Amino acid sequence: MVRLITHNVLACHAKNCNTNNFPLQFKDVKVEHREAEFNADFLKGFLPKLEWKALVDTAKELGDTSLPDEQPEMLDDEFLQNLHHVLLEIHVEEGSMTCPNCGHVYPIFNGIPNMLLAEHEIG
Amino acid sequence: MIPTPDLSHLKKQDYDQIYEPAEDTFLLLDALEEDGENLKASNPSICLEVGSGSGCVTSFISKIIGTAVHTAIVQRLSGKVDVILFNPPYVPTSEEEVIEAQKYGNIGGAWAGGADGMQVTDVFLGRVERLLSPSGRFYLVALKENNIPKICKDMADKYGLESKIVLQRRAGREHLFIICFTRMGLQD
Repeated sequence: MVRLITHNVLACHAKNCNTNNFPLQFKDVKVEHREAEFNADFLKGFLPKLEWKALVDTAKELGDTSLPDEQPEMLDDEFLQNLHHVLLEIHVEEGSMTCPNCGHVYPIFNGIPNMLLAEHEIG
Repeated sequence: MIPTPDLSHLKKQDYDQIYEPAEDTFLLLDALEEDGENLKASNPSICLEVGSGSGCVTSFISKIIGTAVHTAIVQRLSGKVDVILFNPPYVPTSEEEVIEAQKYGNIGGAWAGGADGMQVTDVFLGRVERLLSPSGRFYLVALKENNIPKICKDMADKYGLESKIVLQRRAGREHLFIICFTRMGLQD
C-alpha cells in the first residue's frame, strides 16, 4: 500500500544519494480513497514522526488542501479527521515516485511500490 | 495466546526464494508475545523489520501493538523508530558464501553469516542506535556461536544500549536466543 503515511517515511536509498533525497515526487498517479478506522491516539503519537511540510505539499499535489501549513498546537477533531484522511485513506495505486536528487524512479503497480535497486545502485 | 499468522497462501516454490518460517522465527514470535506488555507500554508507532522474508513476524507484531508497520530501510527515520526486529543470517559460514548469497540475492542470504555468523549482523548493529527512538526496543535473533556476551558488551560500550535475553531455546543443533536492546534505564 502506498499511503501518505508510508510516503512520508521513504527516502531514496540509491548509492551515494544522501542529500535532498526526500520527499520522493509522485508522477502519473492513480489514486483511490478507502475508509480506514479512526484512531486519535495513534495520530497524536505519529505527529512527531512526520515531516510536516513534505506531507502538506504532497497532499496538495494529490488534490487535498485540508491540512494547514504549520502543525497546529491545538489538535481539534476537525484537524485530526483531516490528518486521518490524508495519512491513511488516500491510496496511490499506480504511478511512480522520483527522487528529487538523483532522479531514480520507483514504480508503483497495484498499490505496491518497488523500492528494490539494481546491484550497481546499492550503496 | 496470539495465533501464528496464516501463511497458507504461500506455496512450496515460494520458499525457494524466501525463508520459510522455522524454529528461529517461532522463537522470535514467542519472545515478542512474552515481552508484549513492555512493548505496549512503550507506546510504539513505528516498527521496522529488517529482512522480513515471508512477513510472518511483521504480521504477528501488528497484532500485539496494532499499529503502523514498515518494512523498508528508512534513513529518514533516524531516532524515530520505536521497535526494530531483526532475524539476521546468523549461521557461521565461509566469507565467500555470504558474498555470493548477498550478491546474487539467493536463499542462502537468509542464513549465511560468515565468520562467527556475524558478518551481516555487525553491519546492522552499527546502525541501530541511530535509528532507535528514545524509548525504542530492538529485538535480535542470535545463535550461541555468535558470542552473545560479546554482542551485548559491544552494544553497551560502543552505543550505550543495554540488553536482556527475553527467551532462549534449543532447536535441533541450534541454541537460539532473542535479545532485546534499549537505551540505558529502560529494561525492567
